[in-house]
Amino acid sequence: MKTMIVRTALAGLVTGLMLVAAPAAADLGLINMTRGVTESSERIYDLHMTIFMITVVIGVGVFGAMFYSIFRHRKARGVKPATFHHSTTVEIIWTVIPLAILVAMAVPATMVLVDFEDTSDTEMTVKVTGYQWFWGYEYMDENVQFLSRLDRDSDRARQLGSDIQPASVDNYLQNVDRRLILPVDTRVKFQITAADVIHSWWVPDLGWKRDAIPGFVNETWTEIKEPGVYRGRCAELCGRDHGFMPIVVEAVEKEAFQAWLAEQRGDDAAATTAGADDAEAGAELASR
Amino acid sequence: MAHAEGGYYVPHGSNWPIVGSVGLTALVVGIAMYLEAMSAGIWVMSAGALITLTMVVGWFGDVIREGVKGLYSDQVDRSLRWGMIWFIFSEVMFFAAFFGALFYARHLSVPWLSGEDPATSRVLWDSMVLSWPTAGPGNAGLEWQPMGPWPLPTINTLILLTSGMTLTAAHHALKEGNRARLITFMWATVALGVLFSGLQAYEYYEAYAHLNLRLETGIYGSTFFMLTGFHGAHVVIGTIILAVITLRCMKGHFNPESHFGFEAAAWYWHFVDVVWLGLFIFVYIL
Amino acid sequence: MTATTHEAGHHADEPTGLTRWLVTTNHKDIGSMYLLFSLAMFLVGGAMALVIRAELFQPGLQLVDPYFFNQMTTMHALVMIFGAVMPAFTGLANWMIPLMVGAPDMALPRMNNWSFWLLPFGFAILLSTLFMPGGGPAGGWTMYPPLMLQTGTAFPFVIFAIHVLGISSIMGSINVVATILNMRAPGMTLMKMPLFVWTWLITAYLMIAVMPVLAGAITMLLTDQYFGTTFFSAAGGGDPVLYQHIFWFFGHPEVYILILPAFGIISTIIPAFARKPLFGYSSMVYATASIAFLSFIVWAHHMFTVGMPLAGQLFFMYSTMLIAVPTGVKVFNWVATMWRGAMTFETPMLFALAFVFLFTIGGFSGLMLAIAPADFQYHDTYFVVAHFHYVLVTGAVFAILAAAYYWLPKWTGHMYSERLGQWHFWLSVIFVNVLFFPQHFLGLAGMPRRIPDYSVQFADWNMISSIGGFGFGFAQLLFVWLLFKCIRGGEKAEARAWEGAEGLEWEVPSPAPHHTFDTPPVVR
Ligand code: HEA
Ligand code: HEA
Ligand code: CUA
Ligand SMILES: [Cu+2]
Repeated sequence: MKTMIVRTALAGLVTGLMLVAAPAAADLGLINMTRGVTESSERIYDLHMTIFMITVVIGVGVFGAMFYSIFRHRKARGVKPATFHHSTTVEIIWTVIPLAILVAMAVPATMVLVDFEDTSDTEMTVKVTGYQWFWGYEYMDENVQFLSRLDRDSDRARQLGSDIQPASVDNYLQNVDRRLILPVDTRVKFQITAADVIHSWWVPDLGWKRDAIPGFVNETWTEIKEPGVYRGRCAELCGRDHGFMPIVVEAVEKEAFQAWLAEQRGDDAAATTAGADDAEAGAELASR
Repeated sequence: MAHAEGGYYVPHGSNWPIVGSVGLTALVVGIAMYLEAMSAGIWVMSAGALITLTMVVGWFGDVIREGVKGLYSDQVDRSLRWGMIWFIFSEVMFFAAFFGALFYARHLSVPWLSGEDPATSRVLWDSMVLSWPTAGPGNAGLEWQPMGPWPLPTINTLILLTSGMTLTAAHHALKEGNRARLITFMWATVALGVLFSGLQAYEYYEAYAHLNLRLETGIYGSTFFMLTGFHGAHVVIGTIILAVITLRCMKGHFNPESHFGFEAAAWYWHFVDVVWLGLFIFVYIL
Repeated sequence: MTATTHEAGHHADEPTGLTRWLVTTNHKDIGSMYLLFSLAMFLVGGAMALVIRAELFQPGLQLVDPYFFNQMTTMHALVMIFGAVMPAFTGLANWMIPLMVGAPDMALPRMNNWSFWLLPFGFAILLSTLFMPGGGPAGGWTMYPPLMLQTGTAFPFVIFAIHVLGISSIMGSINVVATILNMRAPGMTLMKMPLFVWTWLITAYLMIAVMPVLAGAITMLLTDQYFGTTFFSAAGGGDPVLYQHIFWFFGHPEVYILILPAFGIISTIIPAFARKPLFGYSSMVYATASIAFLSFIVWAHHMFTVGMPLAGQLFFMYSTMLIAVPTGVKVFNWVATMWRGAMTFETPMLFALAFVFLFTIGGFSGLMLAIAPADFQYHDTYFVVAHFHYVLVTGAVFAILAAAYYWLPKWTGHMYSERLGQWHFWLSVIFVNVLFFPQHFLGLAGMPRRIPDYSVQFADWNMISSIGGFGFGFAQLLFVWLLFKCIRGGEKAEARAWEGAEGLEWEVPSPAPHHTFDTPPVVR
């Protein structure tokens, strides 16, 4: 049985590969969506798992039938083929049942979406602007704004032909020079736009991404539950360095946030104007 | 030797398709070079256009000769009909893309830019309040006027509608075997087509010279000129087709029973006509 | 008059050598050219994929500049979609549809030649852009503005190349429609047509409807770039998102263009090797038509994150989910066809079975993507990349391979080497999963698509995926070898090469003579 040998050999190969990957698989965060730290992200995670489990169940049914048939109804076992070729009843059943399942999926999905799209009652607003290839943040009505770029270490290591090992860099490609600081337990509105091409602002732990479109503003919101550092990245191809414009959000307690804001307003005038200059240049680009 | 024994005429090898591929490639490469300001572009483009034209003339020549020889059975005739119908449908979809752009701009992007839900895009464009027609928030200071439906476009509408009728009259004449009437009405149709193009050109002149309405006048200028421009190009092509068909009528290529070439041209013309009606309503009137 | 004498009578005055291929109007010649061209493009597009996978083997940039990486991603997709999969289907249509409906040739044979020859020319333009100043297109196969407008010299060449490819597809489809509607043998009613013919008829309509829309979209890109129009610029009152709507109005039907003929192939092969008629023929036809219809009203599921109004998001979510119903009908019908059959597992059947299994997995991830709020997380990650390679590679490409194995005896007159075929199948099916399954994990864990470099937590799965990519790629060389051998010689194939095969194509000798059905057969 030559094919048997082939199959065994190949099965061995796959197992080998999977073993290499075992350490990764051990950490679920590396194979599944994060639950995140906001109400929305948790609801989206639950939705994701529900739909996933439904497809698994359907899959088990369909593939079960298929493999049963492959093993039992093979010519090698000397079976005679049946001749039936349609059954209206069965066909109606397997049209209606999936339809019902889909309706059942659509209900929670709709609820999550409707809540998410409601951007009213926010307590503060952050304007996010995408540039090739960094982010600009502006705390509306607070007179605080700055730009946020890939950190130096990652930038050096990521050059073609650099001999720096990515693994040796702290948070390779996930670190920025200035973090976006946000308060926890606060409904924050985002106004997202871009100055040159389309970008997309994405922090998985917040549960969503939203495109930054030059000349338009997209509104969305978040409410972070736990203090912490949450890392994300640009998620829309925006040119050469699309892979190198990370996002870091640091969520802090409300009082700490207010203190930080005050500090920024005070001694950061220089940085602020620098940021403003860039932002203006960007707006000009967008209006071309 | 092509075989028509079983009924269906399958032509044998033809040089035209490969000539056409070379021609079309040279044509588009030439245009691209021209757009990128490469000096040889214009030459490559002209060569391409020439080769493509040769192909068109040669290929249609073959088809006409075969048709006149009576090699085309009814079944072949039907194949050609299906081919023409679906070609026209594909053209309709091409225009649909531009109409889609027009509707989207009027009903979505322009209102959003002037601050309507769901986008708060107005923060970017300050106090802009936009309404159709507009050249967009970036062209706020620009002085220009849109193109109204009166008088030229309305006259043009009448011209095209009339040309549809003269063409139908010609078709009836053809079916009745009245050659003289056929040819008169055909030339009338061609003349109306030429007149339309002439007036359209004059309208463009007006737009540029007096209304300051240009291709680059924001989304209004873009949709206006792209829609009317592509339509105009189709009118010109349609007119040429009709002229060729008229010459063929004069040569007696068609008989009352079988005249697919004539019908195909007529379908094309009616399609151009219908697109114009869409334009007249959505671009000029509303 | 029989086909054979006819053949002899023709040889004398038909051109030979290279000219024969340049000027041919014969559907079998043209079909073969399409198929070989498609294979060549598959290797080229695959080589580009290997550049991608090699760069992604480890974190850090080792091999290529990020901008070149983006060119590879863009070109890989354009070459695979417009160069490999679509021409392969058109090649199969050319070869098989006239045989299946009992026609002497395609309805418009000269135009058929033109449809084909435009392809090599179009691709010559497209591929040459890689060598132009500023490099080839690097904005993704979706070519979104404003990014696409930053392309260098290549820009207008890319646009026109796609125009040329579009013209080729439209003419090819018109030919298919005319052939199917007008060239059927007496007695071959619509509801007696093999499913491959049905699915192609519907595919052809899709193509005629949406290729011109793509042409419109890229024409607007061109005028925005060179003539000052502002379709896609907010300053002039346009919107970059407008492009996305128009593109996806084309793009979504396009992905069904890439799968419907595959459905037809699978519906042909499974009954043949299960030795049992296809279950639910008419519901298969209706399901195909429903999928095609729905495909026109789901496009914005590619754009859930652009900030559409809520009502729009809901509409596109629901309509997209609905597609699972007719697709499910198809999957269930295939399983029911196997049920209580008497199956054997030659290579075509193996690929067909793998299709049913793996395409369905790709469909499931598609359904997950359709859930708008969840797509806020999935969008533009490797989860999407995993989804579409399951439906495209283990879907479309596997079906094409199945078709090639199934009809090779008819085309060449020789049986292929079953031993090589089995090797090819098992290596392919294993490596393709090693290649694409981990990409689900990468996407869920947060790796965006279209990036040349990534943070280190994604390293393990990327390495595995790359190993799978090289394994899968080199396994395809086995197929090339098998094909070469099969054309050169091998066991003589009978007219009906497979015991359970049904259909007119098996009534003519193998290899099918140059001219068949000069006098139409009569179908009872
Ligand atoms: C052959 C090509 C092909 C096919 C067939 C499909 C099929 C489907 N696709 Fe896919 N898709 C692509 C090719 C394809 N797709 C490509 C190329 C992209 C990315 C483009 C880009 O951005 O570059 C994409 C992207 C894409 C997105 C956008 C993701 C994003 O960018 O965020 C979405 C979202 O809804 C989606 C959904 C679907 C759905 C619902 C189907 C459905 O048709 C699937 C239906 C099938 C099943 C569901 C399985 C069988 C059914 C049953 C067994 C019945 C019972 C099941 C249930 C009731 C659950 N696809
Ligand atoms: C039908 C379409 C199709 C097919 C068949 C494939 C096949 C493959 N694809 Fe692709 N892919 C797409 C359509 C397709 N893809 C699309 C639409 C995108 C999105 C692009 C975008 O984002 O814009 C994409 C993107 C895409 C990416 C993401 C890139 C990114 O986001 O940056 C990756 C990464 O792994 C990938 C990998 C592969 C691999 C390894 C294969 C393999 O299956 C290929 C296997 C074949 C071979 C490897 C060839 C074998 C030949 C040799 C080994 C020898 C070479 C010899 C000569 C040239 C003579 N593809
Ligand atoms: Cu910014 Cu990608
Ligand atoms: Cu889609």
